[in-house]
Amino acid sequence: MTSTDRAGIAAVARRAAELLPDADVITDRARLRTYECDGLTHYRVTPALVVVPETATQLAAIVAACAEHGVPFVARGSGTGLSGGALPHADGVLVVTSRMRAIREVRREDQRAVVEPGVINLDVTRAATPLGYYYAPDPSSQQVCSIGGNLAENSGGAHCLKYGFTANHVLAADLVTPDGDLVTLGGAAPDSPGYDLLGAVIGSEGTLGIATSVTLRLTRLPEEVRTVLVGFESTDQAGAATSAIIAAGVLPAAIEMMDALAIEAAEAAVQCNYPAGAGAVLVIELDGAADEVAQEYDEVERLCRDHGAFEQRLATDPADRALIWKGRKSAFAAVGRISPDYIVQDGVIPRTALPEVLHAIAELSSSSGVRVANVFHAGDGNLHPLVLFDDAVEGAGAAAEEVSGAILDLCIQHGGSITGEHGVGVDKSAYMPRMYSEEDLDTMQLVRCAFDPHGISNPGKVFPTPRLCGEVPGRHKGPHPLQEAGLAEVF
Amino acid sequence: MTSTDVADAARRAVAETCEVRDPEPLDGVDGVVPGLVARPTSTQGVAAVLRAAAAHRLTVVPRGRGTKLSWGRPPTSADVLLDLGGLDRLLDHAAGDLIVAVEAGMSLADLQQQVADAGQRLCVDETVPGASVGGTLAANTSGPRRLVAGTVRDLLIGITVVRADGVVAKAGGRVVKNVAGYDLGKLMVGSFGTLAVVTEATFRLHPVPAARRWVTAPVEDARHAQRLAQEVIHSQSVPAAVEIDWPPAAGGVLTVLLEGRAAGVEARAATVRGLLGDFATESDEPPAGWSGYPWGSSGDPAERPTALKLTFVLSGLAAVLTAARELVGDVPITLSGSVGAGVVQAAIPAGTPVEAVASAVARLRETCSRHGGSAVVLDGSAAVKQAVDLWGPLPALDLMRRVKDQFDPDHRLSPGRFVGGI
Ligand SMILES: Cc1cc2nc3c(=O)[nH]c(=O)nc-3n(C[C@H](O)[C@H](O)[C@H](O)COP(=O)(O)OP(=O)(O)OC[C@H]3O[C@@H](n4cnc5c(N)ncnc54)[C@H](O)[C@@H]3O)c2cc1C
Repeated sequence: MTSTDRAGIAAVARRAAELLPDADVITDRARLRTYECDGLTHYRVTPALVVVPETATQLAAIVAACAEHGVPFVARGSGTGLSGGALPHADGVLVVTSRMRAIREVRREDQRAVVEPGVINLDVTRAATPLGYYYAPDPSSQQVCSIGGNLAENSGGAHCLKYGFTANHVLAADLVTPDGDLVTLGGAAPDSPGYDLLGAVIGSEGTLGIATSVTLRLTRLPEEVRTVLVGFESTDQAGAATSAIIAAGVLPAAIEMMDALAIEAAEAAVQCNYPAGAGAVLVIELDGAADEVAQEYDEVERLCRDHGAFEQRLATDPADRALIWKGRKSAFAAVGRISPDYIVQDGVIPRTALPEVLHAIAELSSSSGVRVANVFHAGDGNLHPLVLFDDAVEGAGAAAEEVSGAILDLCIQHGGSITGEHGVGVDKSAYMPRMYSEEDLDTMQLVRCAFDPHGISNPGKVFPTPRLCGEVPGRHKGPHPLQEAGLAEVF
Repeated sequence: MTSTDVADAARRAVAETCEVRDPEPLDGVDGVVPGLVARPTSTQGVAAVLRAAAAHRLTVVPRGRGTKLSWGRPPTSADVLLDLGGLDRLLDHAAGDLIVAVEAGMSLADLQQQVADAGQRLCVDETVPGASVGGTLAANTSGPRRLVAGTVRDLLIGITVVRADGVVAKAGGRVVKNVAGYDLGKLMVGSFGTLAVVTEATFRLHPVPAARRWVTAPVEDARHAQRLAQEVIHSQSVPAAVEIDWPPAAGGVLTVLLEGRAAGVEARAATVRGLLGDFATESDEPPAGWSGYPWGSSGDPAERPTALKLTFVLSGLAAVLTAARELVGDVPITLSGSVGAGVVQAAIPAGTPVEAVASAVARLRETCSRHGGSAVVLDGSAAVKQAVDLWGPLPALDLMRRVKDQFDPDHRLSPGRFVGGI
């Protein structure tokens, strides 16, 4: 840190101390270290200062101080991000929203909730359920992740196949701009006049400012939910069944796939009792009006049978359903138990390319000797290949990275994306130029320059900057602390 | 009519890139006659026109099919009318992936026809007959089905634009799930051609449902309308649309669309009929005027009806309906639109005195903003546009200006057409 940096941090700390109780202005080295990483624990940076404001006004004043002194800042919600988005800046301020957890309004008649950014995703649904409503986007970290983080990542979940992502459910946000101004984007009603700045802010990974209030759309709880577990001999069959279901005009709430290795791991970890000998399973969930769901279920059952399903198990009660989902939801953690280290990828491909890409991944795996388990959102082609390795073995990490990068290239070759829901963060920014041209990235930069001309809002994320020595993409060393605490399961 | 002169050298530079002609009367942009009309036939062609325009500092107004060209404010200048009608190709229809990529000048109806063979549709209503895909994006028009699928904003998954400086840029892609980089598509939706020229767009498609049924019932008054709308929305009938027709004088009609599988639709329609009362009727055909807007076609700028878009949270419905009708006497306002989503259109007849229009707009705006929404004047006579603030207060206008300044620093794209003089 240069002396100018130090002076800037000191000035922001002084300003924060005027606004916040001592305990919420953290400068103590040991306490700062507890914020050094997010869900991608491989990257660690200790921030220079952590502040935990309680109100939007305080937060805005702190950001204004950052702007005045040219100090970079990074927003942090619950720190569950999987791409290093909330990785602190060594010479900057980490602005934590964990004291902004009020659910301000839940209005059934308007189908809206207004919440502070630190509010936990699942708490919105908990608040709306008594009224017959819920908040649809359901990242599997939903017991811990924050709405602010969801907005910044445009988070998805298993059920976004039918219901869409965060961007489709956020109507308005109060944003503290990187200048420290507090502006309202969007409104409680749809289609606010002017540019859809909110649409640009959602998914911008904290690089355009910090959201301090978020207005959400609530969705009617479905009348009927049916969850079915289907066993196939191969991922080819399961992929073909997925395509057939969608082609038949059925839009399930979720279609999730696991391959043999992932099933094996899940079975060992949670005894989910998946069909023995399956080369792939699908977890299919249908929801909606009761008659409709019954009809769709018949069709799904037939299509799965036609495509080689050898076992279909319909959950008959909530406990049954929970067991089916348990196998799926525990898969990542379970894979962590059969391999000391793994890399999670989040690439997306067009659904019809599933069989081809899964074969190509299998080939990559067998030619390199690196094992890859597949657990993913089959309905929308969002892969989560888990590339397994043992860092204790010389060269294993490098080999795994190579396979992992090759998988992203496969996704790009098939017209897909390098990330479907986990974001680019620090982890995948180097891959952005493989997906977008220089002109594309330049054009995105125009938005950045409009909001954050001095580049102080979460600098170094999303857009490519040269990697520093020793940085490697996406490694997980053991389970995430949240997983260990049983608070979240990687999805 | 204001007319525009373009210097010979500049005209030649544009003509080197594509077909160029003199403007005809129909090429006027809300009373502004452009200097010339350029008709490129590809994204690269558009880029060439924009590079030439940039070199000669020409202002450019893009046009799709011209169905909403009078919306917004008239441009302060229009050296080049950029006719995108020549970009009308289907680029890719991946039926198995339920996506379609088209050029922006293709009409929405053509797009629908192209994907219909595969039993698919883009879940966007053709609210303005003949509209192009690009124009639909630029104006973010939507109809009844927005209740389930949202607007083009929610269905757009990839976009190609040409910036004012002629640089071609893409964002998004051809998969439905993608969070890599900023979502420039959303920024372009509703930007009225003031940020960049959209030349290609990729959308998520939906299967055409096997069955559909419309359930229609009269409503007595504003409170009744709100009560029925609320009952339908909170029911388990999963409506695809909840619409109202609200004529100036009295009464009104609520229509609920149900889509899905035959047996399911039948059961749900019965539920909805039960909710809507004894006078509810069912039909397999849409009611007259379904998905259209409540104003006639514009034509002569002096004789245009005033067209508005009103938005509000659902609990504000009765207040908005009441406000519209209480203004009757001096101003007969017709409303129609999506009461399930909180977005309706309003029409004030041509020939209404400007002061009366202005006070009606003020009244509607006050009511909508009290209920979390806004009242935007989409179109109107020249006199109305002069007398009325088309958009009302915008909290983030300063940021919007900064975005405009980044994308189009010389303000050469559709200058003056949009909010705050953008
Ligand atoms: C076990 C596990 C399972 C997961 N499953 C899923 C899943 O199914 N789907 C999915 O999409 N993701 C998933 N994730 C990723 C992660 O949970 C999501 O990205 C989540 O939205 C992050 O929320 P957070 O509060 O933890 O944000 P953080 O990690 O704290 O921050 C994420 C990003 O948001 C920014 N940010 C935070 N708050 C704000 C704010 N108020 N304003 C502006 N920017 C802000 C940060 O700067 C950072 O760039 C999972 C993660 C874990 C650990």
